[in-house]
Amino acid sequence: MTSEQQNDTRIWYGELTTRSALRRRGLLQVSPGLFWILIFLTVPALALIALSFATRGGYGEIEWIFTFENFSRLAGYGMFGWSPDYLIILARSLWVAFVTTTICTALAFPLAFFIARKPKSTRYVWLTLVIIPFWTNLVIRTYAWQLVLSPDLPIAKFAAVLGLIPAGSPLYPSEFAVYLGMISAFLPFVVLPLYSSVEKLDWSLVEAAYDLYSNRRRVFMQAVLPQTLPGLSVGAILTFVPAMGMFLIPDFLGGAKYMLVGNLIQQQFGKSRDWPFGAAVSLALMVLTLVGLFVFRRKGEKMEVV
Amino acid sequence: MQTRRKPILIPALALGTLAFLYIPLMAVASFSVNNSRFGLTWHGFTWKWYLELFRNEQILEAVGNTLFLGLVSTVIATVVGTALAIGMSRFPWSKKTSAFFEFNLYMPVITPEIVFAGALVIAFASLRYFSSAFEPGMLNMIIGHVTFQVAFVALVVRSRLAAFNNEIEEASHDLYASSWYTLRKVILPMLTPGIVSGAMLAFTLSLDDFIISFFTAGPTSVTLPLYIYAEVHRGITPKIHALSTVGLLVTIILVIASQKISNSFNEKERDDA
Repeated sequence: MTSEQQNDTRIWYGELTTRSALRRRGLLQVSPGLFWILIFLTVPALALIALSFATRGGYGEIEWIFTFENFSRLAGYGMFGWSPDYLIILARSLWVAFVTTTICTALAFPLAFFIARKPKSTRYVWLTLVIIPFWTNLVIRTYAWQLVLSPDLPIAKFAAVLGLIPAGSPLYPSEFAVYLGMISAFLPFVVLPLYSSVEKLDWSLVEAAYDLYSNRRRVFMQAVLPQTLPGLSVGAILTFVPAMGMFLIPDFLGGAKYMLVGNLIQQQFGKSRDWPFGAAVSLALMVLTLVGLFVFRRKGEKMEVV
Repeated sequence: MQTRRKPILIPALALGTLAFLYIPLMAVASFSVNNSRFGLTWHGFTWKWYLELFRNEQILEAVGNTLFLGLVSTVIATVVGTALAIGMSRFPWSKKTSAFFEFNLYMPVITPEIVFAGALVIAFASLRYFSSAFEPGMLNMIIGHVTFQVAFVALVVRSRLAAFNNEIEEASHDLYASSWYTLRKVILPMLTPGIVSGAMLAFTLSLDDFIISFFTAGPTSVTLPLYIYAEVHRGITPKIHALSTVGLLVTIILVIASQKISNSFNEKERDDA
């Protein structure tokens, strides 16, 4: 028996009675979309791997000379000895994405519970309030933070009074500004999937936990958290992956001092025209993202066991 | 039994978080009616920045490009993505083939956008090597947008396909309907809510996109996000506040409209059931 028959798929479909006729029709429907993604994303993404071992020619062209130079350069070895600049950028990107995901999760819980406990009639109004910033263009939202942190407005004035920044200067570019931008950009990515988990929560388990004299912390950890883990992990992934490669927010709010790996890649494919090095950095970003996702999953599994 | 206090902490945190999301948007909206060309001190109320928008040809062109890109790519992605979803779930593919389909379907979701953009740059450069087409511009932008939209449309439609039962479809075949007839008269009508929400998602993804556009645009295909990006790099101008506020209002209208549409589908389904 073939695996297909075990799958219990039908081989009879209207006038299409043979497997090959069926498959021909299927290919006809699948191929435009499949080839589109293959040609413009999957294959070039694989080509990035090959490209990362190539060399940049004098005019920004690609020379197919096999070399590890791009990776040793990424590790900091250059003409003038070792410097950790690129490694710092990589580590910083990982850290910023991790902190952003954690804070977004922490802020998303109260908001998701708040909405889920509202009467059905008003719930969608609150949800709409979360969706509107989520759908507003990121360029607009990021620029808006520049505005809020500009020197004429109270936040920067207050910071100046405290002596954190010189009077009359804005609060960006800075690490603080990058975090503000990141958290506000990705918060809805966690709130919405978490809400859909919280909405389905079995409150009787929570009641039972209280009846059995659990304190709030234990109720949360053992009755609430395991039930909301699916939404939470979706939200965490939806935040972590784009946060790792973010380029716009550090560009607007971080400046040259707080560059992330997204900006580095953009430079290589843009101004510097060093595609092989850009490919190497992209590869590093992909690997770091996958490692990060793996850690999240492992953590999630452990939580389920507890 | 432990008594539970009426929680104040959770609503306070929730409302605080919402305020955090809205403070920047409110700031932009309020400065869009500020009568001052430089600085952010209040100089009285004015509509003049909005009037300037409607006279600015670059902005009008950017609006046109954004809508053209969004509509064309959404139409292509909806057709292609729906076909992909139906083709994937309605035919007896082997496990290996299905896994290959899945992998490609999730590629745009799991690839960091900046890597996606790099991959597109490489794809277009290679295609240019073999032909004279694919210079940065509207065609490349449409192709780039369709690439990520197809996957999202297919994922939305497929979740819809998984939800409905095959009996009606099989009944149609039992009554000697051809497979195309069944597709047109049974599957597509039942899928309509999924297709519509997939298309709406695709359209908003297109309007929202900055990175893919940034890497594929040419000088004549500037979209609104690209225009705003360039203006912000040139320095704060009150025009940008007005433009952002218009963008915000359009978003609010789109969100409410899309909820009305999906609600009407839900109600219709309940009536049908």
